[in-house]
Amino acid sequence: MTEREAMTEPRRTGGPPQDGLVGSDPIETVTAESPTRSAEIRPDTADGRGVVGSALPQSMAGVDELPPVSGAGSPSLGTPSGRVRRGDRIFYLLATGAGVLTIALIALVAAFLVVKGFPAIRDDKQNFLFSRGWSVNGADLRFGVVDLLYTTVAISVLAMLLAVPVAIGIALFITHYAPARLARPVGYVIDLLAAIPSIIYGVWGIIVLAPVLEPVQRFFYVFDVIPLVADKGYARGTVFNGGIVLAIMILPIVTAVSRDVFERTPRANIEAAWALGSTRWEMIRLAVLPHGRPGVISGAMLGLGRALGETIAITLILSTVPAGKPFSWSIFNGGETFASKIANASAEFGDPRQTGAYIAAGLVLFVLTFAVNAAARIVVNRRKEFV
Amino acid sequence: MTAVLDAPSSSTLSARPGSGARRFKNRLATGLITASFGVALIPLVWLVWTVVSRGIHVIFAASWWTTDQRGQTYRSGGGGAVHGILGTAQQVLLCSIISIPIAILVAIFLVEYGTGRLARVTSFMVDILSGIPSIVAALFIYAVFITTFGGKRAGYLVSLALVMLMVPVIVRTTEEMLKLVPNELREASYALGVPKWKTIARIVLPTALSGVITGIVLGVARVAGETAPLLILVGYNSNVNNNPLSADPQGSLPGFIYNEFQNLGSKFALVNGKRTEVHYAADRMWGAALTLIVIVMALNLLARLIARRSKVTN
Repeated sequence: MTEREAMTEPRRTGGPPQDGLVGSDPIETVTAESPTRSAEIRPDTADGRGVVGSALPQSMAGVDELPPVSGAGSPSLGTPSGRVRRGDRIFYLLATGAGVLTIALIALVAAFLVVKGFPAIRDDKQNFLFSRGWSVNGADLRFGVVDLLYTTVAISVLAMLLAVPVAIGIALFITHYAPARLARPVGYVIDLLAAIPSIIYGVWGIIVLAPVLEPVQRFFYVFDVIPLVADKGYARGTVFNGGIVLAIMILPIVTAVSRDVFERTPRANIEAAWALGSTRWEMIRLAVLPHGRPGVISGAMLGLGRALGETIAITLILSTVPAGKPFSWSIFNGGETFASKIANASAEFGDPRQTGAYIAAGLVLFVLTFAVNAAARIVVNRRKEFV
Repeated sequence: MTAVLDAPSSSTLSARPGSGARRFKNRLATGLITASFGVALIPLVWLVWTVVSRGIHVIFAASWWTTDQRGQTYRSGGGGAVHGILGTAQQVLLCSIISIPIAILVAIFLVEYGTGRLARVTSFMVDILSGIPSIVAALFIYAVFITTFGGKRAGYLVSLALVMLMVPVIVRTTEEMLKLVPNELREASYALGVPKWKTIARIVLPTALSGVITGIVLGVARVAGETAPLLILVGYNSNVNNNPLSADPQGSLPGFIYNEFQNLGSKFALVNGKRTEVHYAADRMWGAALTLIVIVMALNLLARLIARRSKVTN
């Protein structure tokens, strides 16, 4: 269809809404309306879509400096009349469809885990959320998530506690201590940690690192009376062991997010701190850390989200605890996380009722990681809007 | 990257006026912050050294790159990693074929079309998707294709689970890159009467191409080492299986590592009638680990090189 024909035809509805364009003179629309339109769009595009905190460290830096992207107006901008070209409509629908697909995918994950996990929870002879023990092979299903939840949370929190201070240190080192020439390579090195596949962390963690950590663990047995560090007879493959490996694994993401916010400390704040005669450390405490706090918190939570769901490294490292042992708070105990429980059972998946129990465990893990990640993103995005 | 802000002649200004305590605190902080980088370096060097030193003699054998593990046990040396390399390559390729178009379209939607609520929700969901544990992705695929549709464990199911992990990586990198494309390019194109879709396909995407490729390579590196979906969705096969669509087990590099890890305990074999300790399983495991690390690191390096040659930069 030529442009002239298009101009004479009435505007077809069904395209995306274009408030400014409808009903106005077609020629004027192009010459007068479109520039203002794209100008109008700029502000809300720039702050409406928070995209900080991508999974990729190098893509995170410098979003602030970008020119605001207007999305260049409406899909029909090229056409003189309001009529949308066929190619544009198809492309628009494809792109929107892909966006909707992403949303639908998350909804489907939740729906399928609920639908397939719920029958098992219903048939569970004990309370799913508030009981211990896991026996799904017999005639009766008896399973509860308390043990899994404790191990998962303990190992992840331990990892977070170890990783966050180090990550803050590295981020400060890269942004405010290292000479500019050194900062970039240091960043690359940290990103390399993220590139190593988790199964290799697992193999290394249990075969190489665990024997080295054994004496450290024995040292803590001095404080045996404290339940958290009680001797449970596991020399290797403990929560402590797994937590350290997890800490190494989540270090890159926490570092990346922290680095990102530290880099954007307003220059005025830093100079004001210098002007007061601060030492470098005082400048960091006065200017950099307060500004970066929300970013560091969300980075820590993203790391926590990773740690909660980490599967294969933890599966290889953690020793399982035989059924019937009393509950223990000790980090020098073995155990299973949600993810490692599912992975350990993967070979015997088959009977839908029994598999349902593991899918129910997966559902809890999904809810947990969803909540943590969502909270982290909301913190990042909100900060993004005001800075 | 913003420049490092230096204290105005920090050596004279900031260190002097401080009392002893302040100077000490400053030194301590500098020491701790520098040390934290060292702390991160230790595990990296240690881990890489372990894998390289224990695996290098394995991957330098010619048979490693030319044969699979057909007929091999923990008692016999020999065989190679071809089954794993091919299986991983096929699963990742299939995953990429599905992921790349979806991810690029999502990125285009977010940058070129997305202004409203839908775009905000989509962006949020991409974030959530990037945080979904691989085991949950695998369970979801299991629940859909095996429990609901009665399918059998197969290589392509692994690819489908990996799609969920790969898409967010590509979306984020592509999105960052599309945003760097100067708006003047788009406006110039519109001014010539080029329709929007053609502007995106012929002007915006080619300008951002290096970023898109970087995203793809990083996505491949991200999923190539994933093990959790393999455990749930496909059996391990020590022979080459070139059809990920068949319901047969398929080998893969992470699967190979996991399988040999399970064999680590079986160490003794009869050699010439004598009970001898052997390390074939460990050798294979470290060899496969080194192969995987080499592949993934090479991909990451490649991604950086491509990113550096980008047409648009910030």
